[in-house]
Amino acid sequence: MDIINTKEMSKDDIVAVLDRAAEIEPSDALDGDVLALLFFEPSTRTRMSFDTAMKRLGGDTVDMGSVESSSVKKGETLADTVRVVEGYADAIVLRHPREGAARLAAEFVDVPVINAGDGAGHHPTQTLLDLYTVRDNVAAALGDLHVGIMGDLKYGRTVHSLAFALAKFGARITFVSPPSLRVPENVRTELGRAGIEFKEVDGVDDVIDTLDVLYATRIQKERFPDEKEYEKVAGEYRVTPETLETARDDLVLMHPLPRVDEIAPDVDETRHAKYFEQAHNGVPVRMAVLDMVM
Amino acid sequence: MEELKIQPIRNGTVVDHIPQGQALNVLRVLGVDSATRDVVSVAMNVPSDEMGRKDIVKVEDRRIDSKEADLIALIAPDATVNVVDDYDVTEKHDVSMPDEIRGVLACPNPSCITNTREPVETVFDVRDDEIRCEYCGTVLTDEIAEHLA
Ligand SMILES: [Zn+2]
Repeated sequence: MDIINTKEMSKDDIVAVLDRAAEIEPSDALDGDVLALLFFEPSTRTRMSFDTAMKRLGGDTVDMGSVESSSVKKGETLADTVRVVEGYADAIVLRHPREGAARLAAEFVDVPVINAGDGAGHHPTQTLLDLYTVRDNVAAALGDLHVGIMGDLKYGRTVHSLAFALAKFGARITFVSPPSLRVPENVRTELGRAGIEFKEVDGVDDVIDTLDVLYATRIQKERFPDEKEYEKVAGEYRVTPETLETARDDLVLMHPLPRVDEIAPDVDETRHAKYFEQAHNGVPVRMAVLDMVM
Repeated sequence: MEELKIQPIRNGTVVDHIPQGQALNVLRVLGVDSATRDVVSVAMNVPSDEMGRKDIVKVEDRRIDSKEADLIALIAPDATVNVVDDYDVTEKHDVSMPDEIRGVLACPNPSCITNTREPVETVFDVRDDEIRCEYCGTVLTDEIAEHLA
């Protein structure tokens, strides 16, 4: 079994991963197995998290290292790289700058391929750990939730996958973003086609009191024509203790990390802050995924 | 009148009822380019009772099968494909949109993995009139002929 994107996973598949993650303990279940970590672009956190997950299950990892020092630099195709690595490992974790890379890799090898991010495409274990964190922190069923997704919704890869996954469970979604960073047309069309209802607003103040979850995302400086414009937008979408004044007591505040200015440090001490827990959840969720595919 | 312009061929395939202006794109879909050795005739802007004007393409000594015919549906959804043997039409295909299109189109997303040296052909899924790259999920929005590889 490959894990390419959550869009193609059924609700039952997703629930199975989340359930497994909730109960998984360190063990030697994967003793003797080797996981290959192929990161064609840097993502230290995701790499460490997979590495840890594999080791907690008694397995071992081999790491391709940086692209600069590998055969890729010499112009090797991805199809060749994965076919070579298949001989070293029992599963492959792949991070690649191009959309569709994980699907391509999966076509060329028999061992399971886990997509750890393909360009602006999918990052399914991130989506799964996001869902896990939501489920772990709210009393209601996923389908009864109102989730606000805020920030850069145009380029933010994680938020599109998350929106589709939440919608699978029937959650209500409100997108909060400046007009220039709205959800792109093709995603909008796809959501509509899937019968998913969503609202779009410019500011979080009007909806904050009705939210169960607020998912803030990184707003990247590079997306703006100049520094001033960035500062203005970043300021408006920054979560501070004041932002949360009218929020429900049990509002869950999430962020994929690393954050820049999106959440003020003094929010960390509030009961809403779940983003470090969210980051830690990467390990049990990836343990569950590895345990299921290997 | 039409018969005057479109001379019968002995063996080969006649693609009729192509929308005006799409004849050359039909040839592209069929992989007929300047390197071909087939005898190819193209009639453009032919008066037609049903279509006003239409294009017609004939490729001699080549049989277009129903799979190739379905690719023609991408740009000429009402085309008819007649296979001719010894001056007789021996097969007639109406074209219909295929479920999947392999290798004919290029993905417009520059960072799609299919736009690299990887040894794969493009695959597009056709669903509800939507044509979507199976690798990166990009949906073709403008004229399909624009995306012919
Ligand atoms: Zn593509």
